[in-house]
Amino acid sequence: MITPLASDARATAPLARRNPVAKLAAALIFALPLVSTLDPLTPALGLAIELALLPLFGVRYGELARRAWPLLLAAGGILVTMVLFAADRTGTVLVDAGPIEITTGVLLGALGLVLRVFAVALPGIIVFATTDPTDLADALVQNAKAPPRFAIGALAAFRLLPLLGLQWQALTLARRARGLDAGRNPVAKLRLFASTAFALLVGALRRGGRLATAMDARGFDAGTPRTYARRQIFRPADWTLVAGAALLSAAALAASVVTGMFRPVIG
Amino acid sequence: MRRMDRWRTIDIVIAAIIAVTFGVIFWAWNILWGATGGAFAFFPPAQTLLYGVWLIPAVLGGLIIRKPGAALFTEAVAATISALLGAQWGAVVIPQGLVQGLGAELAFAILLYRSWRLPAALLAGLLTGLSAAVFDFFAWNAAYDLWDYRVPYALLTMVSSTIVAGAGSWLLVRALAPTGVLDRFGAGRERELV
Amino acid sequence: MSEVVLRGFGWRHAGRRAWAVREVDLRIAHGERVLLLGPSGAGKSTLLAALAGLLPDDSGESAGGAEIDGLEPRKAREHVGLLFQDPQTQLVMARSGDDVAFGPENRGVPGKDIWARVSDALDRVGFPYPITRPTSALSGGEAQRLALAGVLALRPGLLLLDEPTANLDPDGAALIRRALTQAVDRDTTMILVEHRVAEALPLVDRVIVLEPGGGVRADGPPAAIFAELGDQLAAEGVWVPGRPLPQHKAVLPPGASLVRAEHATFQHRLRPVSLEAHEASILAVTGPNGAGKSTLALLLGGLLRPTSGTIWAAPGGEPWTWRARDLASRIGSVFQDPEHQFITSRVRDELAGSRVDELLSRLRLSHLADANPYTLSGGEARRLSVATALARAPRLLILDEPTFGQDRRTWIELAALFASLRDEGHGIVAVTHDADFVSSLSDRTFVLSRGRA
Repeated sequence: MITPLASDARATAPLARRNPVAKLAAALIFALPLVSTLDPLTPALGLAIELALLPLFGVRYGELARRAWPLLLAAGGILVTMVLFAADRTGTVLVDAGPIEITTGVLLGALGLVLRVFAVALPGIIVFATTDPTDLADALVQNAKAPPRFAIGALAAFRLLPLLGLQWQALTLARRARGLDAGRNPVAKLRLFASTAFALLVGALRRGGRLATAMDARGFDAGTPRTYARRQIFRPADWTLVAGAALLSAAALAASVVTGMFRPVIG
Repeated sequence: MRRMDRWRTIDIVIAAIIAVTFGVIFWAWNILWGATGGAFAFFPPAQTLLYGVWLIPAVLGGLIIRKPGAALFTEAVAATISALLGAQWGAVVIPQGLVQGLGAELAFAILLYRSWRLPAALLAGLLTGLSAAVFDFFAWNAAYDLWDYRVPYALLTMVSSTIVAGAGSWLLVRALAPTGVLDRFGAGRERELV
Repeated sequence: MSEVVLRGFGWRHAGRRAWAVREVDLRIAHGERVLLLGPSGAGKSTLLAALAGLLPDDSGESAGGAEIDGLEPRKAREHVGLLFQDPQTQLVMARSGDDVAFGPENRGVPGKDIWARVSDALDRVGFPYPITRPTSALSGGEAQRLALAGVLALRPGLLLLDEPTANLDPDGAALIRRALTQAVDRDTTMILVEHRVAEALPLVDRVIVLEPGGGVRADGPPAAIFAELGDQLAAEGVWVPGRPLPQHKAVLPPGASLVRAEHATFQHRLRPVSLEAHEASILAVTGPNGAGKSTLALLLGGLLRPTSGTIWAAPGGEPWTWRARDLASRIGSVFQDPEHQFITSRVRDELAGSRVDELLSRLRLSHLADANPYTLSGGEARRLSVATALARAPRLLILDEPTFGQDRRTWIELAALFASLRDEGHGIVAVTHDADFVSSLSDRTFVLSRGRA
């Protein structure tokens, strides 16, 4: 069953407690610059920093591995694609079998890309693993000046997610009861999937309409400025987190520029 | 500002619900096609065929809500939800979703938010595919060969997005209208009085 | 502190030819408690939505006038609270206290005052959990109680209740009625829409009956209204107390065995169950919430594989191993939500490949043959879902809450249908909370008790 990420025993971890907007901004400020280069050194430094800071977010290494393992599939994909399509084929030729030509340059490039995928993804995984959706919406409204009706409306829709997951299971069983199954035929499987998805969408839109009416009945569209029952405060420590993320990211990039390994994605 | 530009609560909630529902659909897709999904991951060019499915929320949100910002908002919520659900790509899906949503938004803006027919849907599919392709071209595919990989990947993404996200969303709206769930939207009011 | 005045009020939804409500003249005084009745389609819910100021100009056309305390409803919204049927689509937030705070936040109540209002509203409805309780962990009745607290936190002078117990099992419904008795004081005007009259009567002192074509048919104290119009209302589908239901017990002895469970369990949702159902017999399975009734229905229907124990079904074998096509020709399952079973865009297409016209006319759906299944009313959708289960002529039918939430007229029709199917030799297993179903129809009853496997 799908459930929003829970925030369990992390309330006390020093960085997990930071303002959700600060955490999200820090994750993006740290991760996005890492996208700008293809060398292996920058993401390796980035990963080292991320893993070193992990305990401060109260996330265990095992849990991070559990959340991040699908990236291994992507890593495999990168390796295959690099072998077939790498732009840079310099270095010593290791394997040469017709279309497949593996050089040290190709392997070094693949290593850089794989490290980069992990280094770019982990900050977001860490932040979202330690952030409650309600707190995020509150902070987006109160600290990032996001329009409150949009943030709260999205949050209300998000609450229906587990319910829609249960609906999907019921719809699947109901299709078997109607005498429909696809067996091993992939086309039939696809059609059945599309029919189930359509039924889910109809039910979800109907629920959404009712939810919107119920929200209006409680004054959601009243036009009076909303007040906040829950306070999210952006403290100096939150600024420090954001600034720290920018500094560390810049440091990793600077190291790669100074050592001459920097390879920009553009140009 | 024209009165129709103001978002009603139902516009906001339905846009978000579209995003949430596609979150559930992707989750179910991964369960059903887990094995093949792995194969797709190991050969990224094949992923472009499915790319259009990921871009449906942007076009569908725009076609149903018919308001400035609808495509952008829907795709942004979809991206945030996949991050909240623990998608392995982390927070980067949020800027990526914004870029993709901007493509579809641009298409509806070019048409002055006045046309919601098939050509508009196809244009929205094409432009959201284009924006997705441009993002990937620089962010993820820079190390690959330009003509053997990066350009074909971008073109396939746009074709898939035009067909699946563009034409597909238009067909979805046509199928949804008779069920009555769009009665409070322009897209649902174009059917006969009942 | 609210008074309601309607003068020739009417409303037509955009896209509809017919008026939902029309020509309604009413005056409801401060502190009155009104039960609003009328057959399905008389416009009761539309009237409540109009009073709550929830019908914007662009969603339809209005006639006449409506006033709450001298204001038109859209300007009087701060005085009005509205509770709907389905708790799942009324709760907005993930934590219970936050959800009650949602309304006061919208109305601009200062942040420091909100939590006092929240705890006051939760006390009034008798909410038993701390404010941090996740709303997803609440039962239907508890969630609806929380939704009521969310409405009361706005301190409405006019409280509107649109079938607040229709989506709840009997225990949950009792919980809400208790909460209402407790929470609604003499300063609150209340209008309740509810077709189960016996349960609503203790809460009201006046009954208003809407006429489907327009206008008010009757208005007065409950005793007088039901003495005069009780039979007519019952015939139109209102559950008027003291009107007996037709009895349909089997006249023939049960036939061969159709399905048998032996110590069947499913994960932690069902403790070991052994039971058997036969041709020409109706078996009712009852029991409290959480006992696994729906899970048992799915097991007997061959839709889930038992974790331990066995399910055997005629003509021989374990139904979960069958291909779907074979399953549907031997066991028909009817889900609690009829829409789960719809797979096409036309009523006629749902039954394709079977005796379509015969089934349509038997289930009184012929006039809807070309309608989209998702546009059917509750009773029509239920009949169609039964028709889809019958389409491949199975001998055994498994029904999950088949009469849930239906009005009296639809209930009687469904009961006659199930009885005639039974008399033709079908075996029926019905999972139900409905005591009337058990007393009118079932030939045997199996009580499932709560407990873990």
